[in-house]
Amino acid sequence: MAGVMGSSIRRREDPALVTGRGKYTDDLTAPGLTHAAIVRSPHAHARVRGIDTAAAAAAPGVVAVLTAADVAEMGIGGVVPVGWLLPGMKTPAHPILASETVRYVGDAVAVVVAESRYQAQDAAELVAVDYEPLPASTDAAGTAADGAPQIHSEAPGNVAFEWQLGDAEKTEAAFAAAAHTVELELRNNRMLPFAVEPRACLAEYDARQGLTLHMTSQNPHLHRLLMTLASLNLPEHKIRVVAPEVGGGFGSKIHHYPDEAITALCAMKVGRPVKWTSTRTEASLTDAHGRDHVTVAELAVDGDGRVTGLRARTHAAMGAYLSTFAPAVPTYLHGTLLSGQYDIPAIWVGVVGTFTNTAPVDAVRGAGRPEATFVVERLMDLGAAAAGLDPAEFRRRNFVPADAFPYQTQVALAYDSGNYEPALDKALEKAGYQELRAEQARRRAEGGKLLGIGLSSYIEACGIAPSAVVGSLGAQAGLWESATVRVHPTGTATVYTGSSAHGQGHETTFAQIVADRLGCDVEAVDVVHGDTREVPFGMGTYGSRSAAVGGSAIVKSLEKILAKATQIAAHLLEASADDVEFADGEFRVRGTPGRSEPWGSVVLQAYLAHNLPEGMEPGLEATSFYDPANFTYPFGTHVAVVEVDPETGEVELTRYVAVDDCGNQINPMIVEGQVHGGIAYGVGQALWEDATYDASGQLVAATLMDYALPRAHKLPSFELDHTVTPCPHNPLGVKGIGEAGTIAAPPAVVNAVCDAVGVRHIDMPLTPERVWRAMRSKEGS
Amino acid sequence: MFPASCDYHRAASVDEAIRLLGEHPEAKLLAGGHSLIPMMKLRLAQPAALVDIGRVSELKGITAGDGKVRIGALTTHAELASSDVLCKHCPIVGEAAARIGDPQVRNKGTIGGNIAHADPASDLPAVLVAVGATIHLKGGGGERQVAARQFFTGLLTTAMAAGELLVAVELPALPAGTGTAYLKVEHPASGYAVCGSAAVVTMNGGKVASASLAFNGVTETPHLASAVGEALAGGDGSDDAIAKAVGEQLSIAEPMGDLHASGEYRVHLAATYGRRALCLARDRAQL
Amino acid sequence: MKEAISVEVNGRRYEREVEPRTLLVHFLREQLGLTGTNVGCETSLCGACTVWMDGLAVKACTQLAVQADGASITTIEGLAGEDGSLHPLQQAFWDEHGLQCGYCTPGMVMAAAPLIEAKPDASEAEIRQALKGNLCRCTGYHNIVRAVKRAAAGGS
Repeated sequence: MAGVMGSSIRRREDPALVTGRGKYTDDLTAPGLTHAAIVRSPHAHARVRGIDTAAAAAAPGVVAVLTAADVAEMGIGGVVPVGWLLPGMKTPAHPILASETVRYVGDAVAVVVAESRYQAQDAAELVAVDYEPLPASTDAAGTAADGAPQIHSEAPGNVAFEWQLGDAEKTEAAFAAAAHTVELELRNNRMLPFAVEPRACLAEYDARQGLTLHMTSQNPHLHRLLMTLASLNLPEHKIRVVAPEVGGGFGSKIHHYPDEAITALCAMKVGRPVKWTSTRTEASLTDAHGRDHVTVAELAVDGDGRVTGLRARTHAAMGAYLSTFAPAVPTYLHGTLLSGQYDIPAIWVGVVGTFTNTAPVDAVRGAGRPEATFVVERLMDLGAAAAGLDPAEFRRRNFVPADAFPYQTQVALAYDSGNYEPALDKALEKAGYQELRAEQARRRAEGGKLLGIGLSSYIEACGIAPSAVVGSLGAQAGLWESATVRVHPTGTATVYTGSSAHGQGHETTFAQIVADRLGCDVEAVDVVHGDTREVPFGMGTYGSRSAAVGGSAIVKSLEKILAKATQIAAHLLEASADDVEFADGEFRVRGTPGRSEPWGSVVLQAYLAHNLPEGMEPGLEATSFYDPANFTYPFGTHVAVVEVDPETGEVELTRYVAVDDCGNQINPMIVEGQVHGGIAYGVGQALWEDATYDASGQLVAATLMDYALPRAHKLPSFELDHTVTPCPHNPLGVKGIGEAGTIAAPPAVVNAVCDAVGVRHIDMPLTPERVWRAMRSKEGS
Repeated sequence: MFPASCDYHRAASVDEAIRLLGEHPEAKLLAGGHSLIPMMKLRLAQPAALVDIGRVSELKGITAGDGKVRIGALTTHAELASSDVLCKHCPIVGEAAARIGDPQVRNKGTIGGNIAHADPASDLPAVLVAVGATIHLKGGGGERQVAARQFFTGLLTTAMAAGELLVAVELPALPAGTGTAYLKVEHPASGYAVCGSAAVVTMNGGKVASASLAFNGVTETPHLASAVGEALAGGDGSDDAIAKAVGEQLSIAEPMGDLHASGEYRVHLAATYGRRALCLARDRAQL
Repeated sequence: MKEAISVEVNGRRYEREVEPRTLLVHFLREQLGLTGTNVGCETSLCGACTVWMDGLAVKACTQLAVQADGASITTIEGLAGEDGSLHPLQQAFWDEHGLQCGYCTPGMVMAAAPLIEAKPDASEAEIRQALKGNLCRCTGYHNIVRAVKRAAAGGS
């Protein structure tokens, strides 16, 4: 249908959601439903000497109490696996219920099943676990130092892996020859993913049907696969995973956690449906966290203000166990991004993945790319200062030129397309950069709130692919996507996509793709996702991959459908298929006005099968698996404007300008929504969020009383614009936009605050106290 | 998220509440529930019984007379924030109440529950200390009054005796020429006060007749900076005089700290915002 | 020990027995099957459970069901017209893309409605202050604020 692509049509998901009729996992029930409460370790590190479940088992309403002994007795796998293997990596087993040792606060040791969730909680408190506390190790870098408590016997020095990329010698030479070098030690603060809907799972089991799990999942097929292979060992065709409405994920609902396996185990054991819903404190303690890097980063700059080298050494905390995709995050999603938007001739990065007595760390919105962008964009500000250049000019001078694409970086990636200057120009113009600098100078002279302006020119790599390449790098899965398009006899269509939305609006945008190609109304297309019984194998929604990979799989199926329909139409029109074209909802013989067959009659004929080309099968549907040729590379420049109270260090984000390039836009309204949310997520990391553990291994901010999230009254409205540089290697020309704001915002905000107060660096989150101390130490120096 | 089991008793009057508290010494009073229920959800509080006073109508309402304002214990923060009577006689209470939590919390949370819970980061305690409020308590032995300045005895502890009920808060109607201000540095997570500064300044003929300054969130009980107020009295109340008084006379021992703000920083905030609050109160006194 | 309560929810009266410890939000979700009201935290700080109790927006996780005895409750399910027509705020959230995953949306709508009723000309800053008790992790609040403004202005 003309104009449907690129149109901001309202989401079909919304009428149910705004009226409270959307069904999330915890909204579901089943006849005979029971409730699970998981007993978790209060210690960061302890030996389990014994578990006494007698009092809990005797409590009112209790149906069963299970421990690791039951896992062993049932003969199931009982471990959650890691899905990305690096050379030499240590992969200690992560049991779904701990039997000998607990390694983080929140590690599961037992589960109570009861008639009500209140009773389950009552009984959970009666499970008596005899712990022998052990010393804990919580710091990403410190855990690898001599004398740190050892977490796994198979991982001496608490090192999970050591990884490097780039040319060390060439980089060393660049630093030796540099006119200016800057060095920065920084922390990328640990974050809670914090989907507002906590993780949940409803498990039903019978021997004939097998296991049905409704759960909060970003990738139901992946969850099913991992349960088959590792945690439950049930045959894959005997597990059905359904993701109903999912209340946000941000990475946290990609991973396979012990909890869904435990809930399934309970359902199999007690023979009744079992529901487990995380409390918020449990979510804080057990959802895979994000970031937690300690990095020493350096930049080499020549006398003309050109970057000649970049070097980074990072310790990345993995937590107590390796979560599903954890090893990929600080390596292939971080080290490979360290060229940013810049033409840097020499780069070297080394990463040590370390075990800590904390919740596992894995992909959280951005996943590695925010960490990389933070390193690059902080260094670019320091490099500009060293070279005596304005930060905008310094960036411009170092951009990969528009005529240099495709561009091979020094850290493995080949950027397919890009045009960085127009986005920078647009951002500067929209922000009124020169006026802001003048206002800043005026305030510095006259006093009052300090004004700061921060830039962030980010690059992202979305739609991780192709499968053969990621396989060679350690992925234990392919990273393609599947789609079936089924055209019904009356001409409407249903799409079955392996991409599993949780707020992204796929039911709307995927229908737009189909309506555009088939020339039908958007309302004539339904989109089905999130159910392993309905949809062919799929990889799910994360890493801003759904439009580029999931959308392209749909296009591939549509191409097959149109090819077959064209053959049918040619047959009906008694023309050669080569002479038949499809436009405006009808098949026409080229150059012969009046000879046409409408879409509807061709489709109907496909199913009537009264008059098909000889040998053609009836029906009109196609399934495709799309494996991209490369990542996609969205980019943009963001500008943050802050005011800082010179007496107290309190920061107010007064303006935020974002110019993004995600290629072609299917639905600009949804694109902008993704940018808005991404910015808030990144601003949260920069200003407020801090999932710090104390030395004993307690998560300091485990509830919203202490963990500070972005709230409406602390953010401005955002000022957005975009440029369009289509992706050259997928049929939609799209790149991905789900993480852009989260990647760009932290350095934009930190650069702005450092600019306001005139210091080199302040660690995130920029609490008023940290800013105040930075100002004080500057005065003192 | 799942409170422990408890019994439930509903009181229709203050006397019935006192009787029920006497009969169930293990019981906790339930008013708006916005201090107690959050503790029960985390099972940090597991009262064996609740005495619900939420429907006791004699505990509701704000009245003025005899140079005083009486606020019934069940008055919600939203009612405080929108009260014309308070705005006229003691506006700082409404100003502070409007900064408590969020609209939903203010619709249910009550002044009595807030004060009795004595959270050091709550907004009202320092205000009541600064204005010199009186807390009215009633128990089996009858009614008694405790000055706000003596009421808060420690972290989450007050001068209330077992079996007593907080029935009202009484404020002095502030004299003409008085300005007040409550400035708050909000905790980024909880929304409670990292430092709440309550200032009251009465001007007379261009001189400071009296001044008081108190803080929430900095110490375990509201901190009354008496020496600052004394230093200001009789002076001109200029910016310089206020800065000098705060700079020289503010002394806060044993400040609290957390992930977001250390004790040292909270003391710095108190000095900065104490000064700002006094200046604002003085400006308002001269309107 | 259970307590008998009588509560009017979305115009319908329910007589039920509850344990005194039962939170209002659990009563609504589990005993009445009104699952539009969500739970996002356990410290009364996310606002996903916001309902109206006797006309005031309250957090249903911070009320016991026994406290609602005799009260009139409105949940998100009771907001649309009987003919299914959306409340102006529901319509505006849809029109302005004020939601993504939708989990916080019922609470957001129930928290915002009293503001636009009381103050149709509320400024952006006032709208943001009125929503400070409600968390959204998807939208950055940008389009939520626009939706509230639009609904306040009569939908245009």
